[in-house]
Amino acid sequence: MEVEAARLIGAGLAAIGAGAAAAGVGYIWGSFLQGALRNPEAANGEQARLYIGFAVTELLGLIAAVIGFILLFG
Amino acid sequence: MAEAEGSGIDPMHQFQIEPLYGAWDPAGGSLAFTNSTLWMLLALAAVWIFMLGGMRRELVPGRWQMAVESVTGFIDDLLVRNVGPAGRKYVPYIFTIFIFILFANLLGLMPIGVLGLHPFTVTSHILVTGVMAVMSFLIVLVVGFWKHKLKFFTLFVPHGTPLPMVPLLFCIELVSFMVRPFSLALRLFIAMTAGHVLLKVFASFFIQGINAGPEYGLMVSLPSFALMLFVSALEILICGIQAYVFALLSALYINDAENLH
Repeated sequence: MEVEAARLIGAGLAAIGAGAAAAGVGYIWGSFLQGALRNPEAANGEQARLYIGFAVTELLGLIAAVIGFILLFG
Repeated sequence: MAEAEGSGIDPMHQFQIEPLYGAWDPAGGSLAFTNSTLWMLLALAAVWIFMLGGMRRELVPGRWQMAVESVTGFIDDLLVRNVGPAGRKYVPYIFTIFIFILFANLLGLMPIGVLGLHPFTVTSHILVTGVMAVMSFLIVLVVGFWKHKLKFFTLFVPHGTPLPMVPLLFCIELVSFMVRPFSLALRLFIAMTAGHVLLKVFASFFIQGINAGPEYGLMVSLPSFALMLFVSALEILICGIQAYVFALLSALYINDAENLH
């Protein structure tokens, strides 16, 4: 297989990692919403942790995307 | 790599650093006033104007002063809540980090393309975010060792671990600690780069759809434009979130150094 073809296939496979991170991020906000709908007053104080959790999870998905960028444009 | 760009999409060109007025090469090095420098100075000017507008010290604050006070109060509250009352001495540093990252991120999203100018996101380079992350990490190390001397290493052994597990847990916690500056730098840099690449790719779809004719224009360019609007709104949110997370995690790491555990 040529290097170019392998690169493009690899970049496409890297996008699967981004989809996996999407599942993680959706879980964080889904569980926050579940808790918030049960106890709205407590939810307002927990928003800081929500955003930390989101940022940390998003980083892992973006790492997968960066591997795709490196393959496509490097 | 040019063959892969046969369709002409080049989203990485927007991150190119170019000297604006030629380079000065003293003694084998190379210094230049680049577009990155220019946008950092613009971020500095924007922060300066923002803070100046809020320093009027009226007893009943106007809207600008209210905005500045709410940002400073927000960072003060963040540090008091995460580090304790002793955290107040870090407010200047954390505030600088937060407001510089926020303004630099937002300036990179300015729609001055309609005027023919090209915005540049300073924080989309690992060198810039890396320096800020290294500063946070160095503050943690210096404060930790200055305040606790060698007891700082008890940070890596949580309370109540059984003795056989201590060596293993120490190594794991040490690795997790050493990764902190990398993850801080990487998070901000990747979020900004990925957002701008996404916007550029949608913009390319838009232009290529129009160039291909009216049917393709309607089918491709209209959804691309709608997605660009949505992603731009999301990017503004991400700018704020990434600035907040950088400041918050720096405060949490400082808390680890100030109050072990």
